[in-house]
Amino acid sequence: MYKQSSLHSSAGTSHGSSRSYLVGFLVSVLLTLIPFGLVMFPSLPRTFTAWLVVALGAIQIVVHLKFFLHLDSAEEQRWNLIALIFSAVIILLLVGLSLWIMDSIHHNMLAH
Amino acid sequence: MSNIVMEKDIAHTHEQGHEDAGSLSLFGFWIYLMTDCILFATLFAGYAVLRDSVAGGPSSMDIFELPYVLAETMLLLLSSITYGYAMLAMNHGKQRDVLRWLGLTFVLGAGFIAMEINEFHHLIAEGYGPDRSAFLTAFFTLVGTHGAHVLTGLIWMAVLMVQVKQRGLTSTNATRLSCLSLFWHFLDVVWICVFTVVYLLGVV
Repeated sequence: MYKQSSLHSSAGTSHGSSRSYLVGFLVSVLLTLIPFGLVMFPSLPRTFTAWLVVALGAIQIVVHLKFFLHLDSAEEQRWNLIALIFSAVIILLLVGLSLWIMDSIHHNMLAH
Repeated sequence: MSNIVMEKDIAHTHEQGHEDAGSLSLFGFWIYLMTDCILFATLFAGYAVLRDSVAGGPSSMDIFELPYVLAETMLLLLSSITYGYAMLAMNHGKQRDVLRWLGLTFVLGAGFIAMEINEFHHLIAEGYGPDRSAFLTAFFTLVGTHGAHVLTGLIWMAVLMVQVKQRGLTSTNATRLSCLSLFWHFLDVVWICVFTVVYLLGVV
């Protein structure tokens, strides 16, 4: 028992059960179908739909991290989580600042 | 420094044996995945900036077919759960089941790649290749990089299937399967970002 649980302790790929994979899968399918439906059959205001799609995407990423990658706040996974949070910060800076800079340039130089 | 490492090693050998090396490999692989995330983030930033630079060519509204993308997404999602079942079979030491689930995952992944190649071929044949506009360059680079990752995963999976068949579910193979599991689920996470940012926000 101890052997089994320590085998993949760092990245925790062995913590799943058949049921948790199935739950994760069904929730993911739902979180995929809803945004596709919202865009393919537009019924809400455009901006609202866009934000909703982004929010649902973010939720689906969390679902995948939890049910497929088995990431949680357990002691043995502390460093996996810290690495992920660090990357998330870098990614936010990278994407956010790029968009901000290019948008400013666009406003100041291209638009009259 | 080396003393401390040695002592730690000995302490671990006592308790966990070589399995600790496996979990260290997994952590190292996780770090690699995080750097890969940053690579994709760069491509996403490039795409977001160049999205409207269509140079008189087609815009995202004109070329994306959502039902097709939904089918691709479902293939990838299904392949995620089948890989999950392969991992469960591995934990129970059922070699035949591992190979079966891996085979199914491989077929689903190959289906995804085939659909993506078909989509790219279709676009290029219509004259909407990556050379048409900055938007299409960014699109092909981003989606193509994801596709190249999936293709790498497929090759890796095929090699692992041979390894498992020849040597069984040794702890080395278990570590390799766990690394590929992380890689495969990670690619699914990246695909969520792709279909949200590129396809859905491109058409909305």
